[in-house]
Formats: sequence, C-alpha cells, structure tokens
Amino acid sequence: MVSMVGRSVRRWWGLFTLPTVLAFVVGFVVPFVMGVYLSFCRFTTVTDARFIGLGNYRAALSDGEFWHALVYTVAFTVVTTLVVNVVAFAVAFLLTKAIRGANVFRSVFFMPNLIGGIILGYIWLLLLNGVLAHWGRSITYSGVYGFWGMVMLYCWQQIGYMMIIYIAGLQALPGDVIEAAQVDGANGRQTLFRVTLPLMMPSITVCSFLTVTNGFKMFDQNLALTNGAPSNTSELLALNIYRTFYGRTGFEGVGQAKAVVFFVIVAVIAVLQNRLTTSREVSA
Amino acid sequence: MRCEMKAKSILAVAASLCMMLGVSACGGSSNPSAEGRVYMISQKVENNDQFVELGKQFTKDTGIAFNVVSPAADSYEQTLKSELAKSNAPTIIGLDNNDYPNWAEYCADLSGTSMYKDLKDPNYVLKTGDKVGAIPFVLDRYGIIYNKAILGKYFHASWASLHSVDEIRGFDALKTVADEIQAHKDELGIKGAFTSAGFESSSIRRYGDQLAHIPVYYEYRDQGRTDLPPTVSDKYVPDMKRIFDLYIKDETVPATQLSSATFDDAVSEFSLGDAVFIQTGSWAYPQLKGQKVEDKDMGVLPIYMGVPGEDKAGLTISSNYFAINKKIPAADRKATERFLDWMLTNDGARKIVTDTMGFETPFKSYSKAGYKTRNPILRSNDAYAKRHCYDMTIRPLPSQQWSLSLGNAMLEYAQGTGDWSKVQSAFVDGWASEYKTTHQG
Repeated sequence: MVSMVGRSVRRWWGLFTLPTVLAFVVGFVVPFVMGVYLSFCRFTTVTDARFIGLGNYRAALSDGEFWHALVYTVAFTVVTTLVVNVVAFAVAFLLTKAIRGANVFRSVFFMPNLIGGIILGYIWLLLLNGVLAHWGRSITYSGVYGFWGMVMLYCWQQIGYMMIIYIAGLQALPGDVIEAAQVDGANGRQTLFRVTLPLMMPSITVCSFLTVTNGFKMFDQNLALTNGAPSNTSELLALNIYRTFYGRTGFEGVGQAKAVVFFVIVAVIAVLQNRLTTSREVSA
Repeated sequence: MRCEMKAKSILAVAASLCMMLGVSACGGSSNPSAEGRVYMISQKVENNDQFVELGKQFTKDTGIAFNVVSPAADSYEQTLKSELAKSNAPTIIGLDNNDYPNWAEYCADLSGTSMYKDLKDPNYVLKTGDKVGAIPFVLDRYGIIYNKAILGKYFHASWASLHSVDEIRGFDALKTVADEIQAHKDELGIKGAFTSAGFESSSIRRYGDQLAHIPVYYEYRDQGRTDLPPTVSDKYVPDMKRIFDLYIKDETVPATQLSSATFDDAVSEFSLGDAVFIQTGSWAYPQLKGQKVEDKDMGVLPIYMGVPGEDKAGLTISSNYFAINKKIPAADRKATERFLDWMLTNDGARKIVTDTMGFETPFKSYSKAGYKTRNPILRSNDAYAKRHCYDMTIRPLPSQQWSLSLGNAMLEYAQGTGDWSKVQSAFVDGWASEYKTTHQG
C-alpha cells in the first residue's frame, strides 16, 4: 500500500528533482566539462578557444613552481590533518566528560568556523605581523614563516568543526561496551585505544576526509595571509593555479590543465584515504 | 499504469523545463537600442566616481546609456577577461603599455577617429603593425615626490652640504641629501628620509614595475627601438641597485618588515610628514591632497640612479589608453565614438576631466581651449620642460609576471634572504624567458 504522498512522489519525482538537477548541471556539470575541454585549448576569454592538444599539460608539468606548490601543499595537508584531528579529538573527549561549562566551551571552540576565510586571513595577518614585529620580521619574510602561519590559522579554524563531529560520535558510543571493558578491568588508556577509538572510526573517516580535502583545496586563507609571498614560496596548489590562469595572458589553458591535474590528485587521495579508514571501521 | 505514470512524469519534466526556459528567455535578453550604448572598463580606479559623473552628463546630453566599471589593479585583466566574454561586452577598454599586447586583437583600428586626429603627438599611440590600437587620454608623471617644507628645514641646517633643491641634479646629490637627513632624522622630527619601500601586493609594482622602467627606458634608448625587444642587457642594473640601496637604507622601517608594508603605509608616512621622499606619481595625488602636506609643499625629482647625463632627465611619463572593442555591434561603436568626440568638444566634459579628475590630456582641443590641470605633481614637470629635459617614457615590459618576479627578487635582496645576482637574473634572464613564453608561439 503506497500512501498518497508516496504516490505523488513517484509520479512527480521529475518535477521535484528538477531545480536541483538544473542547478547541478549549470553549476557543476557544464563548467566541469567545459573546464576539461578548455585544458586542451589556447584561449583568452572562454568563448574563443582554439584546440591545441596536450601542450598545456606539458607546460604545466614542466613548471617548477607547480611542483614546489604541490610538495608544499602535501606537507601542509599532512601536518594539518594530524594536528587538527588529534587536537579536535582530545578537545571533544574532554568536553564529553562532565566538566562545568562544557556547552560554553563547545560554542567557543566552534565559533572560528563561522568566520569567512578571507577575513580570518586578514585578522591573522595583523596578529602574526604584530607579534613578529617584535623580532623585526613579518609573515611574508619567508615561505617557512608562511607555512606555520597558515597551519596555525587553519587549525584554529578547523578544530572546532571537527570537534563537533567527534562529540556527536562520542555521544553515540554504546555505553554497554565501555562498561563491559571496565568490568573486565581495562584501564583508561586501554579503553580509549582498544574500545573507543575503533568504535569512533566512522567519525574519524569523515573528519580525516574533510581535513585532507580542505587542506588540499585551501585558497582564501592563503590569498589573504601571504598571497604566495615572497617569490611564490608560500603558495599552495589552488593559489598557484589561480595565479597561472590570471598571471600571464596566454596561460589560461596551462592554469586549466593544472586544475584538471589537481582534481585528479585530490580525487585519488580522497578515495584512497576513504578506503583506508573505512576498512578499519568496526561495529560494536 | 506504470507506463502512463512514466509518461506523465516525463511530461511534467518537459513542461517545467519549458517554463524555466521561458522565464530565462524573458529575463536574459534585452532589446539592443538603436542608439547603441557605451560601456567602459577603466583602469583609473581612483577616478571611478568622476567617470560615473561624466557618464551621467553624457547621457543627459545625448540620451545614450553609459556604464563604467573600474576593477582593482591586480584583478583588472581578470575582470576584463570575463567581461569580454559576455554578450554586453565593454565598448571602451582602458589599457596601459604593459597590457596592450595581450588585448591587441580585441582593439579596433582608431586611425579614422577624431580623437586620433586631435592628438598633439601621434607617436603617443599604441600600434600593432599599422593599426592604431589605443589612444592615450591621460598623461601621468612619476618620480620621487618630496616634501618642500622638510627639505627646506634641511637646507637651512648647519650640517647640510646642499642648500637648494636646484643642486639636486643627479644621484650623488640625492644620496648626500638622503643620507644626511637620515642621520639627523630626530632633529628634523621625522622617521626616515624615504617612506617605506613596501612589497605588499599594493606596493610591489612601485619597484618591480615603476622603478624598473627607468633602466628599461635607457635600455630601449641604447637599442634604438620602441617596441618590445627579445632581450635586454645588464648595463643599467647596477644603477637600479644604487637607488634601491638608498631606498632601503634611508627609510622609515627595518628592511625585514618590507614584505608586508603597503602603499597606504607609504602614503600615510608622507602625508603625516614622517618622511621626506616617496616614489610614486600623479595618480596618487587624490590620496595625497588635503592632508598635512599642502599642495604647494609637493615637489618632484626624477628618479636619479647615476646614469651618465641624467641631470638632463625629466620626470617619467606614463599614459593610460582608450581602445574600442572590435567585436561590438555597429550601433555601439557609433555611440562609443560619439562619446569620445563629446569628451573632446564638450565644455562640461573638459571641465570634469581637467579639474575634477586632475588629468593632463594629450589633446590639442584641450590646450586650445585653455584647459590645464592644477595637479602639483604634473605641474612640477613644467620646470623640467623649461630646462628642455628629456621625458623618461615608459616602454613595454614582457609581462606582468616579469615585474612580479623582479619585485620579489628585490624584496628578498632587501630583507637579506637573497642576493643581488637574483635581481639581475630576474631582470635579464627573466626578460628573455618571459619574452619567449608570452610573445612567441
């Protein structure tokens, strides 16, 4: 027996999905297909493109700064993924214990996430330059300064968000398993590593997926904090692509080719990482 | 039953698609008016409001619609790129010498226009082959702007080696003055001789581009050409080092903090009387005026760097150009040309351009009617013109990337993380490689 609502949904599903499908096609599918096509073209404005084959890819892969940005981005992603997840988990673990003001702390830790990346970048630019001025330096003094500046900014922003996911995961843990572990004489450390963490793997999968992909794609904070200075040494991949596209006329296709390569890298890493963490998920 | 349902849902999809298309068809297209339209994309960000005012006047006089956008300098070409792809593309494109080669194929031939015929010197235009691609509408000048009041204090000091600005006719004199001012900065109540040589993105162009144009000018002169050469020599790089060393030694902030110093920082240091010299140009006048330093206290020196014969140098001259988009309907082209004619002949327009915008124009009709700007930075050149000094004209650079890489190398040299050989290589080798990547193939 299908309800009235169910029947209308079956009959009119096309109408209901249409706005989303259209938005998806206009906002994603068309630009994506066009983007891939344009990566094989020489063009200045997207409306008059000339097909040139693989030339853009050759130029993209022979660009030293592209490889520098790639290595820099990988290092950034590794460091931030570790720091964000470890700290977020620790904070979530603390805030699910009965401490006074846990709710206040949760809100406070989550707040940085509500601020846009560009504004955050400029605020941290002022803060970090203010502190560094003490030693007569500034954040764009070298790529190393920029790296740690961005790590701080990004962790500060992301920890609260991941913390919320971990808190939800921790609260959903089955109490009986933990109790059973305690009855069996497991100490706190054993409970954490042998029981809680394996049960938390679904949350860890989600959080590490988000941090890895967000780390790879980071753009606005990079633009606002260092803008790649000095000499593009603090440039992450997304900014490198942007600069290639807009820096020189005639290089739009090369930027586009880099973007396609970038997409493939992020997709492959995300799939691998997802497989890896999902395979460790257990059920109570 | 199932089949019927499927048919119905397909129908529903089709019907709603049609509806949507119908709606977008109504909203998307507008009837092109027979009179055409004028749509200008301008590089003169600081004059945007005045262009809007000019446009209003034009629409009132002629009934033709006028629209202007002025994207920020570092996103100008990217906005232009996307605007040109639209169906209502800009009809007037603002360009400078550096951008022109990138957009030359979008520029219509302007040799038949009255604006071209009205130029005092037809050599000012930008050409591709025989095609007149872009016509200058404003002449800017730049150099080292100084504060006459503080410099006057220096000239009267007992320890000063020089006693009049007329004695500053070359790099050595400038260095003496700057070094002595820096040594006695507390006595003069200032923070440094030069404002901060900032390398933040709002300011990096002052060095990688504006300063670099001086050695580039002499290089073009030696090669005897005005179009982009495939290579340049390192002959004038040591001269650039001389003045740059002076900038970073006698300035208001430690060189290790230059990477985040902005153009606004430099402007405020000058405007508050914390420094005597600032390297910038007539376009900065709207920002400099009305502050602590009065118009009569602003003077300008050429950028001296120790090149032989530079005592006969005047200020550096740079222009901003109008081009007409080749790919617009005939009616729009006609409306656009009418706008340009109107700018040359209408008194209201000439008044806005000269007095409100403070532009020095290269047109005969303006000088014939007695229109002359009071911008003190432009007027400073009159003294040099009287002495028959030569104008240091800015010449095409291979690409924006060239000046950025050069600027970055200069920054690393300034803060001590790189050495001068990198700057030299960015100048000479960078030129050759940028020429190869952007102008061949």
